[in-house]
Amino acid sequence: MTTLLKETLGHESIYMPTPARIVKMETMTPYEKLFRIELPSGFSLDHRPGQFVELSVLGVGEAPISICSSPSRSNGQFELCVRAVGKLTNAVHQLESGAKIGIRGPFGRSFPIERFYGRDMLFVAGGLGLAPLRSLIDQVIDERGMFGRVIILYGARTPDDILFPEDLAIWDEAKDIELHITVDYPNDRWVGNVGRITSLFDKIEYEGRNMVASIVGPPIMYRFVLSELLAHGLHEGNIWMSFERQMKCAVGKCGHCQMHHLYTCQEGPIFSYPEVKHLEEAFS
Amino acid sequence: MNSIKIMPKGALRTWIERLQSRDFKVVGPKALHGQFVFEEIVDPQELVIDYPMSAMPPKKYLLPPREVLFSFNTRTMEMEAEITAEPTVIIGVHTCDMHAINLLDTVQSTGFADQHYRARRDATYLVSIECLKPCNAQCFCKDMETFSVPEDHDLHFTDLGDVYSIHIGSEKGEELLRGSTNVWTPTEADLKRLNEVMAAKWPEFEFRLECDLHELPEVLGATQHSPLWDELGEICLSCGACTQVCPTCYCFDVTDEVDLTLENGQRVRTWDSCQLEKFALVAGNHNFRSGVAARQRHRFTRKVKYQYEAFGTMGCVGCGRCGTACHVDITCIKTYNRLYEEYQAKTAEPVAADRANGHREANGAVTAAVVTKETVSEGTK
Repeated sequence: MTTLLKETLGHESIYMPTPARIVKMETMTPYEKLFRIELPSGFSLDHRPGQFVELSVLGVGEAPISICSSPSRSNGQFELCVRAVGKLTNAVHQLESGAKIGIRGPFGRSFPIERFYGRDMLFVAGGLGLAPLRSLIDQVIDERGMFGRVIILYGARTPDDILFPEDLAIWDEAKDIELHITVDYPNDRWVGNVGRITSLFDKIEYEGRNMVASIVGPPIMYRFVLSELLAHGLHEGNIWMSFERQMKCAVGKCGHCQMHHLYTCQEGPIFSYPEVKHLEEAFS
Repeated sequence: MNSIKIMPKGALRTWIERLQSRDFKVVGPKALHGQFVFEEIVDPQELVIDYPMSAMPPKKYLLPPREVLFSFNTRTMEMEAEITAEPTVIIGVHTCDMHAINLLDTVQSTGFADQHYRARRDATYLVSIECLKPCNAQCFCKDMETFSVPEDHDLHFTDLGDVYSIHIGSEKGEELLRGSTNVWTPTEADLKRLNEVMAAKWPEFEFRLECDLHELPEVLGATQHSPLWDELGEICLSCGACTQVCPTCYCFDVTDEVDLTLENGQRVRTWDSCQLEKFALVAGNHNFRSGVAARQRHRFTRKVKYQYEAFGTMGCVGCGRCGTACHVDITCIKTYNRLYEEYQAKTAEPVAADRANGHREANGAVTAAVVTKETVSEGTK
């Protein structure tokens, strides 16, 4: 078994992807599709939660996408949740099961899951932020005994935008997982919470001292969630975030993902709060 | 490797022809539209080795403005890397540009090594030349400690009037001189002349920055909220000319190009610029460096703080090209000096405030002292 990164680095050019195949795709919302991708036989992705790959459609381009499946459930295959927002992602949405795509990676720093052992785990996901967090959540669930409480807060724009409904149902049923969902704009059928993600904090009682928070969402969400967590006594070093930047090379060269001195593709995309709290460009 | 050879100026032409006959592509500064540009030298007479600043650095021979990374077939998914490197001798590289190439070497070999750059760099031979005078009013190589050749070089020429002294810095350099008959070991007189020429060089260069190079990272760190950034943001046109001419800029964009059958294509990288509005744009139309002021700040801070801290080498070599290329006269010298002034005022503030307090408390005494002094001086008259 060779890891994909070794394969990528073994290429004559680090910018050349490895061909892989879409084995399953599922429409989750009008904008998001879930792709299950299979690497050529003999290769494993060998990723850690929070890392990303460069996804290629030859002739269209390449874009960085977070891996949304857990390493503990990889099996030579992995999943990417892709929102159609740009040229590459729209092209990927047009593909069908069986189509060949290119993959480079995995790249970037992951969530330091070993440092989370023994802690209460709080996950705060806004919109598509649930995708990268899902890879961590499932890993935590698969090693459930290693952690304290598991609390998942998820905010979507509308009920139709809710991602991973099957996973949410499983998490909701699990007795040792506390799941709270909210939507900004309800529809007629919605009976759940309505309001911003911060409104969910009223639903839970928690002790900040022993808690690790992993937050992924749109830039605006970070500010509000951070002030809530800090006010609740979470240690700054126990707050972890993922930053979405346009990594064009993923190898620390192209410059596009740089926030001040940090290349997000190298030092990130996962950062602890103290590492970025003084960086305007992290939250601007 | 530390030996010096002497070559009469008249032999330069035959040496270049010899390199060409050995299948080296020879590149050097040529005059074009009143400026100097690095181009392939076909006829050695085109070479202007004694030139002021070139419009563009020789960087393009290591990182071309447009470069195919690999070619592909969209149907079969076959891909082929395009690593192209032809043995190239770049003649007449100024020492600031040598330092810039040193930085590029470090960057492109650190972490994930870029094979495209490495292959081209390995096939490139650098013949640098000692600058005996500053290029123009914008360059500040003395401040940036780049007005001498870095240790890592191949051949380094110094103009001694009717001959060149050639410092051989590497085996690659030796290789270039191999078989040259018109090159000799320096005589006592040659070495004396070299020393005289060098001694005459130093007074020609003046400091143009108010601060020391090693203070710049701290100065930039302390002035991230300077009003200067907004002032630059007001006038900067976001044209990216500064980064186009910079010898150490290496940011790039990647695009796919396909033929009319949509079957065969190439993934291409092209120079990009952090000064362009869309450089930091991400999905969902979020731009985390949308302001012109923030982009200017990023450029200057990256050059003399981030890169210095990451690689131990300044990202600015003091060549002055960005200031020369700028349409609205944003220059390194003015920027760094203004920031240093603000930095000094800022760090001096607590001291000045203390002194002011001291003055207020001891006001009477101070006045008395002045009076006394005046009285004394009047008395002595």
